[in-house]
Amino acid sequence: MKAVAKRLLTLLLTMILVSFLTFAAFDIVSGDPAETLLGTQATPERVAALREELGLNRPFLVRYFSWLGGFFTGDLGTSYNYRQPVWGLVAPKLKVTLLMCLLCFVLVSATSIPLAIWSYRWVGGAMDWLRTGFNQLCMAVPPFFTGILVSWLFGIVLHIFTPGGFPDLHAHPWGAFKHLFFAAVCIGIPRAAMTVRMMRSTVVEEMQKAYVRTAISRGNDRSGVLRTHVLKNSLVSAITFLGQTMAEMVGGSIVVEQVFGIPGLGRFLVASISNRDYPVVQTIVVILALWVVLAGTVADVLNQIIDPRLRTGGKA
Amino acid sequence: MKKKILAGLLVVASLLMLLAGCGNNSAETPEKRKAAGNINIGISQDLDESLDPHFTVAAGTREVLFNVFEGLVKPNAAGELVPAVASDVTVADDGLTYTFTLRQGVKFHNGNPVTLQDVLFSINRNVQGTDGTPLIASLGSVSDVKGEGNTVTITLSEANPEFLASMTLAIIPEDYDAQGTAPIGTGPYKFVSRAAQDSVVLERFKDYWGTPGTMNTVTYKVLENVEGLILGLQSGALDLVAHLSPTQTAQLNTADFHVVEGTMNLVQALYLNNAVEPFTDVRVRQALCYAIDKQEVIDMAFDGYGHPLGSSMYPAFTKYYDESLTDYYTKDIDKAKSLLAEAGYPNGFDMTITVPSNYQPHVDTAQVLAELLKEIGVNATILPVEWATWLSDTYSGRQFQSTVIGFDASEMTARAMLGRYYSQAHNNFNNYNNAEYDELFLQATSCFDDAQQTQLYRAMERNLTENAANVYLQDMADLVAVRNGLEGPTFYPLYVLDVSSLHWTK
Repeated sequence: MKAVAKRLLTLLLTMILVSFLTFAAFDIVSGDPAETLLGTQATPERVAALREELGLNRPFLVRYFSWLGGFFTGDLGTSYNYRQPVWGLVAPKLKVTLLMCLLCFVLVSATSIPLAIWSYRWVGGAMDWLRTGFNQLCMAVPPFFTGILVSWLFGIVLHIFTPGGFPDLHAHPWGAFKHLFFAAVCIGIPRAAMTVRMMRSTVVEEMQKAYVRTAISRGNDRSGVLRTHVLKNSLVSAITFLGQTMAEMVGGSIVVEQVFGIPGLGRFLVASISNRDYPVVQTIVVILALWVVLAGTVADVLNQIIDPRLRTGGKA
Repeated sequence: MKKKILAGLLVVASLLMLLAGCGNNSAETPEKRKAAGNINIGISQDLDESLDPHFTVAAGTREVLFNVFEGLVKPNAAGELVPAVASDVTVADDGLTYTFTLRQGVKFHNGNPVTLQDVLFSINRNVQGTDGTPLIASLGSVSDVKGEGNTVTITLSEANPEFLASMTLAIIPEDYDAQGTAPIGTGPYKFVSRAAQDSVVLERFKDYWGTPGTMNTVTYKVLENVEGLILGLQSGALDLVAHLSPTQTAQLNTADFHVVEGTMNLVQALYLNNAVEPFTDVRVRQALCYAIDKQEVIDMAFDGYGHPLGSSMYPAFTKYYDESLTDYYTKDIDKAKSLLAEAGYPNGFDMTITVPSNYQPHVDTAQVLAELLKEIGVNATILPVEWATWLSDTYSGRQFQSTVIGFDASEMTARAMLGRYYSQAHNNFNNYNNAEYDELFLQATSCFDDAQQTQLYRAMERNLTENAANVYLQDMADLVAVRNGLEGPTFYPLYVLDVSSLHWTK
């Protein structure tokens, strides 16, 4: 119980800190929301009137606490750029990005763990060298590049999905799914490659430990030991790493959403930053912070289930 | 082992086939759109925060809303003003009174007929503005707006031949307060929906008074990444994308697309801050003009597409455009160097070119300019900034030395292009200050004789060229990628895309 409360407190503090820093960052950078909205039609009078209307003339801390107060009472504010409640704008985009990241996470987990175990078979030799090379390549390739390649191959040559024509999530769920699937592959490739490499080295390390030697000397076969003991022990670091992956995916999604034309959170964040649409940016940043902290928490909880030694109060 | 690899490959292949096979009937293809008479247009920027036509800011928003709204008069492709919501206009001999007869049977998109009250409301809203200052500068001379029966009479305090252009202001219903989010007008297309940073949907207005469009549904897809727009065309998600560069259109397969070339209708220039050293000295500005060959810039940065300009007016404004100014300065390095020496910079100087980094054409231009300026010993550093920063620091704050940008005309008047150089103008962002120019401007804006006013505006253009207000470069080419089977578009002298002019061939 105490642990849960501690977690929640950390979560809350992280979100407040992040929102404060974002607020402060916008106060420092040049570019005023009112001037951006009015563009080249700005006159000093119109800018002043709009600033007043948007409440930008209030002191920094007043603005921040008024936002924070709204946030805790469930009012995320109104977008400067669309004059609509922020949540209504962000929610459909959050759904898309969340789906894409979950899909990506499933793909990364489902491929990297079996691949890591499978690749353990070749330690040393030409095959290992080839495998390492391929792995390095996958890790190095940036998602936007794979994005362009995948869009071209599967979108333009094979017509499996339509880049730039993301269908409505509810009206055409299957079309949307295909779109998100390929985007998820592009984000996932480098992360999966990293997971494979990390997990493989853990497996190699574990296999040299005394308990493995004991188990084999008792007459267990190697793959049996690998599956029953080593895998479980290697999973802890893999899950921690996958937790980070879940957090970092959002970063990858920003670029990939642009290449694939997916109306997601990342694209909306970038557009809102350049439009100086603070209420939207604030909300998205807080959602992302929540996402990162939650991913870490879930990974910790899972690890504690797998390895009881990690439970609080337990002895290592 | 091999069996396992084979099995894995089979799984991947069948997954792909599953993805390809299933639900393809739900996918939208150009063929289906053609059969249904629909079109998808790619745009690189989402529309303004408000779709209220009286408060639009961005040229990209006007481009779309042109199809939704009309004024008492509206521009046609030749740049003339033709009657729209009004069926007839008469101007009194003294030029002070305009009488508009409202067209019978014009309806708003919500089905309500356009009434005199709506028209008066729309005009008064623009005349009064939000704080008493008119939303359109040329409405400043309106002294009275009266309506009776089906005529509207507008009286001006001083004659102004450009007044009629301001009557392109959108006629909107009076008792409607959702104009910003769900706009209602009288144009050939009605607004259906909008999803932030994703799409805007328009639909053909069945009760349109004039010649209706042929497209049933028009979907604008927002893809801020140019690569995304090109991919969208290639994949069949989009049918038309305007404002592309030659390098971008070159990526398209000619079996599927053709490229139509028009002009952007804007003045791209290296804008010099006339209030900042060394550009306070006319000789330095002239030296830059002599150092830069416009055609060379167009060839290097735009593969030769573009129309060189010599002043703040583009060719589509045939009435005001003066072609002779284009070659006023021809490249002459020796002359440029001697001008610099006279001005006290025999060894050149260092300067900064600020560019909005989201506009690649301007960034490319700046790079070519920096290269060309080296020849006269001027060392230019390019400073890319975000658009929001450009607007607040460079444009509103006037904190810059030089910048590459393009200005278009929000309405079809010479004043829209030349008004910004009047020393007192709030948008005189490059601080041009010339007594003779101010004199000409004041004469032109209070002159009723059309021919005389045209002469004054032309004199103003010459003044800008002779005093090298800026290094005027070009009216950029507007390359429109159009799917084969689709006809149009028609180019206007304004930055608009008339959807009514598009149709699929049978």
